[in-house]
Amino acid sequence: MNIEKFSYDNQIVRLFILATVIWGIVGMTVGVLIAFQIYLPWLNFDLQYTTFGRMRPLHTNAVIFAFVGNAIFAGVYYSLQRLTKARMFSDVLSKINFWGWQLIIVAVAITYTLGITTSKEYAEAEWPIDIMIALVWVAFGVNMIGTLMKRREKHMYVAIWFYIATFVTVAVLHIVNSFELPVSLFKSYSVFAGVQDALVEWWYGHNAVAFFLTTPYLGLMYYYLPKAANRPVYSYRLSILHFWSLIFLYIWAGPHHLLYSALPNWAQSLGTVFSIMLIAPSWGGMLNGLLTLRGAWDRVRDDAVLKFYVVAVTAYGMSTFEGPMLSLKNVNALAHFTDWIPAHVHIGTLGWNGLLTFGMLYWLVPKMWNTKLFSNKLATAHFWIATLGMVVWVVPMYWSGLTQSLMWKEFTPLGVLQYPNFLETVLQIVPMYIIRSIGGSLYLTGAIVMIYNLVKTAKQGSFTANEDTEAPAMEKAGGDNKKSHRWIEKRPIQFAIVSTVVILIGGLVEFIPTWLIKSNIPTIESVKPYTPLELEGRDLYIRESCNSCHSQLVRPFRSETERYGEYSKAGEFVYDHPFLWGSKRTGPDLHRIGGKYSNMWHYLHMQDPRQMSPGSLMPKYSWLIEQQLDTDIISTKINAMRSLGVPYEEGYENEALNDLQLQAQEIADDLLESGIIVEPDREIIALIAYLQRLGTDIKVKQAENE
Amino acid sequence: MSAMLILIGFSLSVAIIFLIAFLWAVKSGQYKDRYTPSIRMLFDDKKNNDTNSNNHININRSNQ
Repeated sequence: MNIEKFSYDNQIVRLFILATVIWGIVGMTVGVLIAFQIYLPWLNFDLQYTTFGRMRPLHTNAVIFAFVGNAIFAGVYYSLQRLTKARMFSDVLSKINFWGWQLIIVAVAITYTLGITTSKEYAEAEWPIDIMIALVWVAFGVNMIGTLMKRREKHMYVAIWFYIATFVTVAVLHIVNSFELPVSLFKSYSVFAGVQDALVEWWYGHNAVAFFLTTPYLGLMYYYLPKAANRPVYSYRLSILHFWSLIFLYIWAGPHHLLYSALPNWAQSLGTVFSIMLIAPSWGGMLNGLLTLRGAWDRVRDDAVLKFYVVAVTAYGMSTFEGPMLSLKNVNALAHFTDWIPAHVHIGTLGWNGLLTFGMLYWLVPKMWNTKLFSNKLATAHFWIATLGMVVWVVPMYWSGLTQSLMWKEFTPLGVLQYPNFLETVLQIVPMYIIRSIGGSLYLTGAIVMIYNLVKTAKQGSFTANEDTEAPAMEKAGGDNKKSHRWIEKRPIQFAIVSTVVILIGGLVEFIPTWLIKSNIPTIESVKPYTPLELEGRDLYIRESCNSCHSQLVRPFRSETERYGEYSKAGEFVYDHPFLWGSKRTGPDLHRIGGKYSNMWHYLHMQDPRQMSPGSLMPKYSWLIEQQLDTDIISTKINAMRSLGVPYEEGYENEALNDLQLQAQEIADDLLESGIIVEPDREIIALIAYLQRLGTDIKVKQAENE
Repeated sequence: MSAMLILIGFSLSVAIIFLIAFLWAVKSGQYKDRYTPSIRMLFDDKKNNDTNSNNHININRSNQ
């Protein structure tokens, strides 16, 4: 047998480990900051750059794509080389993957802080960054597939399958969800509108959880858990079975994020059915992970790494049971828009992703630096701090979610809302917010303890950048195959690439006509496009990420129609590029806010919310009053909207600015009557125009009918 | 709901890619052996650590 000498690239793994740790601390720190901001409005510092609306997407993106993302790369780059008995395909691609990804993270952090955002959850990055993400992701994929092609081990271990699924699906999800029309370097509009945009976004959002937070981590679990336990996985057969069933089921469950929305009912039910089916493959993975430790539970007592894994896998099992339960309509009616959802998410992220990452790092660093962990005791302490932090985070959030939801739905015997003032239900749960912020701080403290431990470990060891090793060359495939199948069987990966490209082109061909033809959503005659000023106001709403805390979707429940007004219809959102339904009601729903309050009320409320609602937790938005509205590209925006199907008349782009100024003057005059002197060219005017327009289209119709 | 067609199209495409991958895996004998791969992955340690990890495994085996 021909033994080949080669080396593993440890340097790239080290870089990704460093990035994981650094971004982990950054992302968690921002998380802790917003956990405090939510009940201490002064912590927004009255600065637009540090306000909750902009910080929250920064937190989610930093922990998902920077912390977890780099951890995936670190874990994959280490394990893939060893599983395939091959060095990574190309050191250059590895470097492009690493530096490209870090550049994306920095770009994301800067743009979000500046208010440059698409507003689509977990995909807020604007179009130039979206292109960078696609390119770097493809570099990662090519590097991985290239490595697989020159592998020296014929069998592809189950972890590798999870990695491949991650690459293929995330690529497709990212591209489809990023169909957007640029109007400037930092601004674009989603080509989808309203319900359709919502569906695409949650198809993406759900599958990002599936293929960015779940499948790569299952792959990591199948490598690092058996390694740390030094025993084979409980059932290799089960691992294969649950892999294939998981990836075939996951992609259909997205609509469960839109229950009771304006989405067609059959699509909602489809999402629910697939979500329930997902319990089986998810628990297959959890049980396989936990049962790997059968007969070795005594080692869990001593080994901090195994402790992390046990709780991580258990958290995975909990959240994959809870997820399907939340997709039942009756449970969802109660939990949606409340703190229950962040609690569910954080079981998954703090528990499954966070703890598994920590366990992996505690195992990898000593391995790569040829030494022992500096302190197993400190690692154990970290384990307990992190686990306690997680519990202190999620338990109060379940409590507050349930409390607030029940308060929203409570009627008096006379049939009116028991708590008609939304603020009352918020103030009720402030103690829970306080406890949550302590939980988050604990978790962050644990991560800092880990850094100390890892740095000490690295210092006492010696790092090998290129680890020499040797392995027999892979036997070439035998000549007994049928000729017609030979090409495919020899080149499964090329085949997969070619078919992906073909399918993507096919998808585009399918997509373009549907983009050009009119959508078949029932149109409501009285629903008209936004005026130029309202459109600018809407872009400010997006810039400040108001949808981080306010939904724009009244569900068809009496408790909601009593509180907010008529429930939302699909036809009302046909000009909403992008949709702004939101997913959380930290503040009240805004879909029917138009006409509810005076212009003066909105002005004073934005200046300082506590002037109008004493005790409100909303940040001040006083810069909207000082800053001049940027109307430079209004005609480009009108043109862009028209090409997306919004019926602005030909040539309207030339009158838009004039119309905008007229409407702004009207609002400024109205404010003047109330004794407020404000220039009509301020941003606040545009935002007021948008807020006053929200949800009023069908009111016009009702008024006409009466 | 043209978006639904697009999503179903892309989702099916992904599913078909996976189906092809699955059929290839089965046909090429990836899953003929459903046991040794799980053992083999434990033995990819670098040479200077070999003795160490082997000891571990022996200890574990005797515990079972």
